[in-house]
Amino acid sequence: MNARTLDTEAYYVEAEPYYEPTGDEVAVFEAAYRNKLPVLLKGPTGCGKTRFMEYMAWRLKRPLITVSCHDDLTASDLVGRFLVKGGETTWVDGPLTRAVRSGAICYLDEIVEARKDTMVVIHPLADDRRTLPIEKLGILVEADDRFCLAVSYNPGYQSVLKDLKQSTRQRFVALEFGYPSPDLERRIVATEAGVDMDTAEKLVRFAHMTRNLKGSGLEEGASTRLLVHAGKLIASGIAPTSACRSAIAQAVTDDEEMLAAVQELSSSVF
Amino acid sequence: MSGPARFTADTILPLLEKWLDVEFTFYKVEDLAADIAARPRTEQDFLLDWIRRIATTNIEIAYQYARRAPALLGRMDWRMIEAWALHAMDTYDRSGLRAALLVIEGVESFAQQRHARVAGALFEDIDGILLTFVRGLSGRRLGLAQADAPYTDSETLFLPNVIAEMESAEDNFQLAKATVAMLWAQTRFGSFRADLSAALGATAEPDRALRAFTALETLRLEACIARHLPGLHREMQRLKALLHQDVLAPPWQDFAATLAGAGARVEDSLRLLAPAMAAGEPPRFCYQGEFRPDAVAERMSARIAREKMLLRVKLAELLEDHRKQEREHAPARESAPRFELSQKEDVLSDTGEMELTLDGTPLTPPEDVKALLTSIQLDLGQIPDEYLTPAGPGEYDLSLLQPRQPDPDEVWQGTYHEIGATLYDEWDYGRQHYRKNWCVMREKEVPPVYDGFVEDTLRRYSGVVKHLRRSFEAMRDENRIFKRQPHGDEVDIDALVEALADARDGREMSNRLFTRMHRAERNIAVMFMVDMSGSTRGWINDAERESLILLCEALEALGDRYGIYGFSGQTRKRCELYRVKRIDEPYSDLVRARISGIRPQDYTRMGFAIRHLTRLLTQVEARTKLLITLSDGKPDDYFDIYRGQYGIEDTRQALIEAKRAGIHSFCITIDQEARDYLPHMYGAAHYALIDDVRKLPLKVADIYRRLTT
Repeated sequence: MNARTLDTEAYYVEAEPYYEPTGDEVAVFEAAYRNKLPVLLKGPTGCGKTRFMEYMAWRLKRPLITVSCHDDLTASDLVGRFLVKGGETTWVDGPLTRAVRSGAICYLDEIVEARKDTMVVIHPLADDRRTLPIEKLGILVEADDRFCLAVSYNPGYQSVLKDLKQSTRQRFVALEFGYPSPDLERRIVATEAGVDMDTAEKLVRFAHMTRNLKGSGLEEGASTRLLVHAGKLIASGIAPTSACRSAIAQAVTDDEEMLAAVQELSSSVF
Repeated sequence: MSGPARFTADTILPLLEKWLDVEFTFYKVEDLAADIAARPRTEQDFLLDWIRRIATTNIEIAYQYARRAPALLGRMDWRMIEAWALHAMDTYDRSGLRAALLVIEGVESFAQQRHARVAGALFEDIDGILLTFVRGLSGRRLGLAQADAPYTDSETLFLPNVIAEMESAEDNFQLAKATVAMLWAQTRFGSFRADLSAALGATAEPDRALRAFTALETLRLEACIARHLPGLHREMQRLKALLHQDVLAPPWQDFAATLAGAGARVEDSLRLLAPAMAAGEPPRFCYQGEFRPDAVAERMSARIAREKMLLRVKLAELLEDHRKQEREHAPARESAPRFELSQKEDVLSDTGEMELTLDGTPLTPPEDVKALLTSIQLDLGQIPDEYLTPAGPGEYDLSLLQPRQPDPDEVWQGTYHEIGATLYDEWDYGRQHYRKNWCVMREKEVPPVYDGFVEDTLRRYSGVVKHLRRSFEAMRDENRIFKRQPHGDEVDIDALVEALADARDGREMSNRLFTRMHRAERNIAVMFMVDMSGSTRGWINDAERESLILLCEALEALGDRYGIYGFSGQTRKRCELYRVKRIDEPYSDLVRARISGIRPQDYTRMGFAIRHLTRLLTQVEARTKLLITLSDGKPDDYFDIYRGQYGIEDTRQALIEAKRAGIHSFCITIDQEARDYLPHMYGAAHYALIDDVRKLPLKVADIYRRLTT
């Protein structure tokens, strides 16, 4: 099989992604989209924010441009920059500009990781102006009507440096994502990982144990994504306790004692 | 034999006489010296070293040790002898001379215990893992502590000091885990929902009845564990089989079958009590926990009352919040609010969810309310309706809700105790070992004083402040764009235009065509530890306070995170750290008033302060961590060996610990004799001596700037 190469704005989600709604988030997102409001997804890691975006892109039939923010992401990484070609400088649009021009959904994942100056370029896009000024070209791009801006953010981080400024957060319609209810989570794990309901239930039970530990040594409990990983390992014939160790325990902590305790918990469940 | 020459009795005798102070103690040491003199040099070194070290703690212990240790050398592991000596000294620190001498006499039993301990699961080794384990299981948030036997009072699980019933260390740990799980199951699966005391009191032999009940409940809980934690259940079966406790007598097999049903409750165990007592001696299981009805009843009655009150108050708060939100959308509606709680029937399931509704609309209860609901449900099996009525205004005395914070000063009014204090080890250089939990440390707050001192200082030093602000602002981290770089993230258009022009011109084209963003990030957390000993009275105290104010002004301009604590104390039992500014607290009027409120207190014990501030600093995430001490003299304490070498060595050891934790220490002092001891404590380059107290305010900020650039 050959890997496909696509232009970012040509990436349509073609097959329906597996997504189990936990509330009315689909309706809220659609309403926000119709009203051209930007959307902020809040929630702990691995609870389905990115999957939700894929699902919405599929539902709305718009291309999805995802930018994973990191602490060296600058404004020009989003907007675009000059490159040199054959003695001439040429302008190349960044992912955000491409989305604005082509009416795609631009999803900035983990927005707080980006540098502070990055945040301000999205401000004019995130209010009723819906414009993107490109200073270096001296132009202003008006967003296509179908353009949509979505950002995600994990409020669980305790670092004060990773807090979203009020001026940014008050521009968005916020959707809160939590861990799904146990029944739902069990169904998700069973469907995604291809394990039986009994194994899925035990995984969910184990996940709840690690979530109980949030604040007593764990920064974050096991996410649904980790459960799916562990479930996939189990479905491939790995023993449940070692699957939990590799896919969950080692992923949530490096602390020896915590690892040992988490390991005891998983061996109690299976 | 090679190596250094042996000591002769003539060399040894005066040493022993000196260490054991025979002039006053009249110990006979001649035979001892002769015995030691006849031994090889390595044994001599070992014995003499330990006699000297113990003698710094207590001469009598050292003498008793010296009489016994030589005979042990041949037949005991030397490390065991060291452990024995250290154990004796720890016992002395904790419980006094008599207890320590008992340890010295009981060397044989010490050695035996020690062997048992090698394979046993020691509480202090496993409590961390098991506490995490138990917190991960569902239910009430439980504590874990040490006691004479495994039992629980329904809030804390107690384990004995050592669990050594199994042969291997691994199995002993598993047994400890199974025991903890069994105790947890008692709280989780409702063992305390029946009135056990009454039931036992009604029988002819309460003791035997308790044993029978324990066995019955253990069987019932085992079945609960099998349903919820099958892996753990398997492990428990294995342990039981190893100890041959897995075969039940026929009547007990029937009881087990009855209690294994999913609907079995504690009442069923009680109903079987009479037949069980008739069925002969009840079986014992290695992981069973004792039932102590009195301990549970006491906790439970207090908790049930408290939690009812708490829940009703919290619901009232919830209602208030809800009303506030509603009022924005719809006009207020003054019908009686009605909270309802629905839950899935399956109470035993971990995944059973509770849903709280207010007048039919679902609410998401905050975490603390959820924990309360869980706890109440564990006690009562359900949430009674009257619990769901929000408390009316003034119905409860809210001050009862706050867990009482012991006032650090109050501790001194009654008999002495260590509640609420943090204990720190101290380094005893004579012993070459730590004294365990030696310093009793409390954090106190400096009472704020609003007396215009801050304003005066700022006015007096207004020129300096301006200068400091400017120079510190220049140090702030900022992103600078470097132009004309060979590599970078943007094209430097100016450079490119020039380069193209050069190329047209036939000259060589520069390759420096890029701009690069340079990030110079200051990521510093600094802790100031200020001497508040009595010797700072007057001038020095003023200078210290002025320095702190100027420093704060400068640091605010700079943006580094900083905390300020004063230290003082009197004897190891009263080591005090005065909080002026926590590291995450903003520089507010309150902090300024506290600086102004810094007053000289008692003595200068330094080790505990360094250790505590080190601990605080390790909780902060920063690339560079600094601990800066402002001091006026060497470590000292009230009629205590801390004065002199001991204090210097302890301080040095505390600083070494800080360094190991990645913290740089620096000392600013005005003691003109500091050169004699500071290099030894802080290292040659890590202190600054200021010869004039009046210059202190001007210098401190300056020194800080040098340190951090």
